[in-house]
This record gives sequence, C-alpha cells and structure tokens, in this order.
Amino acid sequence: MTPGDILVNVQGVAKHYGEGETRVDALRSIDLRVHAGEVIALLGPSGSGKTTLLNVIGCILAPTAGRVELDGDAVFDGKWLRSDLRRLRLDKIGFIFQAHNLLPFLTAEENVSVVLDLAGWPAEKGRARARELLDYLEVGHRAKVKPALLSGGEAQRVAIARALANRPRIILADEPTAALDSGRAQLVMDLLRKLATEQEACIIAVTHDEKIFDRFDRLIHLRDGRLVDA
Amino acid sequence: MNLAIKDIRHGLFRFVLTCFGLGLLMTVVLAMIGIYNGLVADALAVVKAPAADIWVVEAGTQGPFAEASAIPADTRDAVARMPGVAEAGAITYQTIEAAHAGKTLRLYVIGFEPGRPGGPQRIAEGRSLGTSHFELLADRKTGLVLGDTIRLGRDRFSVVGLVEDAMNSGGDPAVYVTLADALSLQTALDPAAARVQVARGDQGIRPATVAAVIARLEPGADVALLTATVRQWKHLAALSQAEQEDLLLASVVDRARRQIGLFLGILLSVSAVVIALIIYTMTMEKLKQIATLKLIGAPDRTIVALIVQQAMILGISGLGIGLALILLVKDNFPRRVVLEPFNALVLTGIILVVCLVASGLGVRAALKVDPATALGG
Ligand SMILES: Nc1ncnc2c1ncn2[C@@H]1O[C@H](COP(=O)(O)OP(=O)(O)OP(=O)(O)O)[C@@H](O)[C@H]1O
Ligand SMILES: [Mg+2]
Repeated sequence: MTPGDILVNVQGVAKHYGEGETRVDALRSIDLRVHAGEVIALLGPSGSGKTTLLNVIGCILAPTAGRVELDGDAVFDGKWLRSDLRRLRLDKIGFIFQAHNLLPFLTAEENVSVVLDLAGWPAEKGRARARELLDYLEVGHRAKVKPALLSGGEAQRVAIARALANRPRIILADEPTAALDSGRAQLVMDLLRKLATEQEACIIAVTHDEKIFDRFDRLIHLRDGRLVDA
Repeated sequence: MNLAIKDIRHGLFRFVLTCFGLGLLMTVVLAMIGIYNGLVADALAVVKAPAADIWVVEAGTQGPFAEASAIPADTRDAVARMPGVAEAGAITYQTIEAAHAGKTLRLYVIGFEPGRPGGPQRIAEGRSLGTSHFELLADRKTGLVLGDTIRLGRDRFSVVGLVEDAMNSGGDPAVYVTLADALSLQTALDPAAARVQVARGDQGIRPATVAAVIARLEPGADVALLTATVRQWKHLAALSQAEQEDLLLASVVDRARRQIGLFLGILLSVSAVVIALIIYTMTMEKLKQIATLKLIGAPDRTIVALIVQQAMILGISGLGIGLALILLVKDNFPRRVVLEPFNALVLTGIILVVCLVASGLGVRAALKVDPATALGG
C-alpha cells in the first residue's frame, strides 16, 4: 500500500499536568506521523499517557510544548493557531471515548444525526445516514431508544456511529471495543478498516485487546510519556 | 433539531413542575398588580361615580373625601345658577353600620337628589330611585338583592336597584339613598351631637348641610374660571374633577398604594432571583452534556440557543400559567383585582428581560466549560 497524505503530524509534543511537587509529565517529546489509510494501535500501561496523546491530537488539550499538524494544517505550535477548533473537530475528527458520552435527551439516532445537523446536513439526509450507520453496527433496532435504556455495548456502538457520521479523516478511539464482545469488536475493527481505506482516513485507537492486534497496520507503544520500540 | 425542546421533553415532568412553581409565583405577582390597580380604581370609583366636572366644598377643606366638608344644602341653587353650569346636585357621604341577615354590614351611604347629578351612572339591576322615601340602590358587594329591606337609622329601606363597583376608598360597599333620606339619617344617627348643639345655645334649627355640591358644565364652559368664581364666595371652595381625583390618590390611598407598590417591587425582585436560580441550575446540571456538544463540534451559537430558548420557554410558560390562574381566581378576592392587558404586557417584558439576564449567567458558565470535562468518568 502506498502511504497517503500525512493526516497527523506530531513533533516534539510534551504535556505535563500541575507544577512543582505535583507535576506529572504525561508526554515527553513525542514524534508521530500517521498517514491516510493507516490503522494504528496505541499501546501502553495505565498512566502512560495514551489518553493525553489522543486529546492533544484531537485539539481538546493544549500540549505544553511542540507542534501539531492535522491534514496538512498547522493547528498548534507553542499555542493554538486556529480559533475555530470546534469546527475543525466537527469536520475532521471523530472521537470514540472510553465513556460513551451520549446526550441523554436524544435518541440513539438523534445522537448520531446531531453531528450532521451541526455540520449543516439536511435533516432527512442526516437521519438516513444515522440509520445506515446504526444498522451497520447492528444497533438499528435501538434507533428510537434513549441512551439510558441502551446496554453498554449498544451505547458504545452508537457513540462509534456518531464519531463516523460526518466522515472525518482522523478517527481517535479510546478503547473502542472495550465494551464489546469479540464478534462485535471484530465488526467494529472491520468498519474502521473499511473507512480508513474508502475515505482515506486514519485511525488511532488505544486498546488493550490482544485479540484485535492483528487488525492494525502499526502498533505504537507508550511508556512514561515516551514512544518506545516494542 | 431543536436541542432545547428535546431536552425539555426528556425531563418533561420536572420541567412542567418548575413551570408550575414559577406560575404560582407569577400568580402572586399578577395578584399584587391587580390589587394595586383595584385599590386605585376603587378609590377613584367614588369620585368618578357622579361624573361631575366641579366639586364645590367647604372653604379651607379638601372635601369631601380627603377631609370632612359641610356646606348648606341650598348652595346647590347658587351653583346651578352660575353661567356655564348645566346642572348641579347636592350630595352627602357617610359610613354607617347596619344589621342584615344576622351580619353587620359597613355601608357607605351616598345621598343624592334623584334627577340631578350625584347618582350612579348605571343601574345593573332594578330601577333608579324615585321621589318616594326609604328606597335605596345597593352595590352588589353588600350582598343585598332586589326587594330586600334593611334598617338604616330609624327607618327600613327597601332595595329597588343594584349597582356595581360603588364603594369608598376603604372598600366599604356603597348604597345610594335620596338626599332627603340621607339628611334625616344624619340626624337620626347623631342625636347626641344635636343635643350638644342645643346645649350650646344653638336652637336646633340649623340649615341642612351637605358634603358637597357637584356640577356638570355646559360644553365649552371654562372649568378654571368657574372654580375661581366659586372660591370668591366666602364659605366655599371648588375643585375640578381632575383635582379631586389627584387629591384622593395623593391623600387617601397614597400610603396604601406605596405599600403595595413596594411589595410588588420586592416580589418582582424575588421572582427575578428565583428565575435566575432555576435557569442557572438547569444549565449547571447540563454542563457535562454541553462539554460533549463542544467536543463533537457544536458552535457557541448552538449552546447559547439551548440555554436561552429553555429560559424563554420557562419564563413564558410560567407567565402563562400565572395569567390563567389569576384570571381563574381573581373574582374571589375580597377587594377588586383589576388587570389590564397593558399590565400583562409589561410583566411579559420584565420576565423576558429577567430570563435573558438569568440565562446570561448560565451562558457564561456554559461557554467557559472545557470540552475535556466530557471525558471525565
Ligand atoms: N487532568 C489531569 N490532571 C493531572 N494529571 C493527569 C490528568 N490527566 C491525566 N493525568 C496524569 O497523566 C498521566 C497520563 O494519563 P493518561 O490518562 O494519559 O493515561 P492513560 O495511558 O490513558 O491511562 P489508562 O490506560 O489508565 O487510561 C497519568 O499519570 C495521569 O495520572
Ligand atoms: Mg486512558
């Protein structure tokens, strides 16, 4: 496979929380490039900085130093370079979180279509796209149900549908398959893989799930805030 | 997709309950406004009832409502003869207590000359007074009905007509009797005073006195000129209708009006704080969801709209419930509750502004929240 565009380019990124005695160095000088079409696993022990790195790439967390480029645009270089980070997230980034974070007052389908609504899709098209994704993820039958009534796995799949709805090119996933049985975990990985190829997207997924390691193009290991060779 | 409405429908029961609570508060505010208006309207009712242009009263007094006034009954002839005066009538006022159906009624007795100014403008039921003795017109609030009889002083009066909204500024319902009956009622009720007068050497043949003489003017007549002319007469003073109304508001109901006005102010402030608190709490409870919205890329516009729309829906529903409730119960108040569409409109304006300001607090908190908050947990 010929490598596509560089979608994520992280250079010398560091992030510490707190100061003085309470200072925690979550990331220390990370360099990472991810190309379109790549599906990457981020591995490492608890507290090694995986979530922190995802949040930095997702423009949710400002690093303390370094440079971040997304899809060819510099977004951080010592400071944020863009004021419309939310628009950037809406258009380019899809998040799948450890906690699913569905909006409790919307149905499963609305939780997916709200993203498209925000992106300016016509309501009808948005609904159709939401249904299509939910059907694919085998939760179409729960489309009209509110999150409180969904099982953990169902909610997780709705959250995945939401992350993919606006066809983002950068998909960040924090243990996307943790709440899923192995069959469904494979299904989700297949979907992400398909997406990466078809939409020329990249996937960065934190995972502990050894059963799906073979689905990734690359495994990246984090230890104490540094990338290490496996 | 309207997030505000979806969220409200998600927690509908609680939202309705909150609206209902706010509605009750609005009911109290509207009741207070109504009581305030009612007080003013009631106070002016007695002045407005005779539809006069000029009030001739005792010199040096601001009668007959703000101060006692007594002038000879025959002043009426002199006033009637003045150029520009179309008609004039003598009028008396007194408050008495009378027993009826086992209860004591406080009545405001207005004596007037049938066929001359001073009587009620409209008879709601029955007929007006004729020339015969011992008939009266009663305000509905007295509880008297047509054909009832009631003892006033030494005589038994029968109710021949009913009127509405006639009362003094204290809220005592009015009854109208003929001037002749009113004058004999005056002496009958005050024999002790009469005896004192006799003891002082007064021969007891005092000319009949009335509280005021009211006049209606011919079209185009100059009110200022006429009152000025009357004032030149030694024992008399004159007030225009407008002066009389101002006087009544300023002297008789001013304190009560200020009292209620102040209370209304406090009530509005309390409502404002309550609304602000409700909206702020509503927003704080949603902070994590708002963080999620930010995370998936919702612009500030969407988040502000969510909060402001909910605040507006809350305010308007509360006001609506308040209006419905007050219209339902307002006739059960012991005193008149008068609500003008204008009041509702002003209150709507105030509530909308309060909601907007209150949502400002929530909006500030919402805009400050870090999208990363959504990731916790
Ligand atoms: N908001 C924060 N304030 C202070 N310290 C933090 C904060 N978030 C994370 N940390 C610390 O930074 C380090 C890296 O945390 P991070 O959440 O990135 O780890 P992780 O690799 O995702 O772990 P896990 O596998 O348990 O999810 C940890 O030591 C954590 O305690
Ligand atoms: Mg983590």
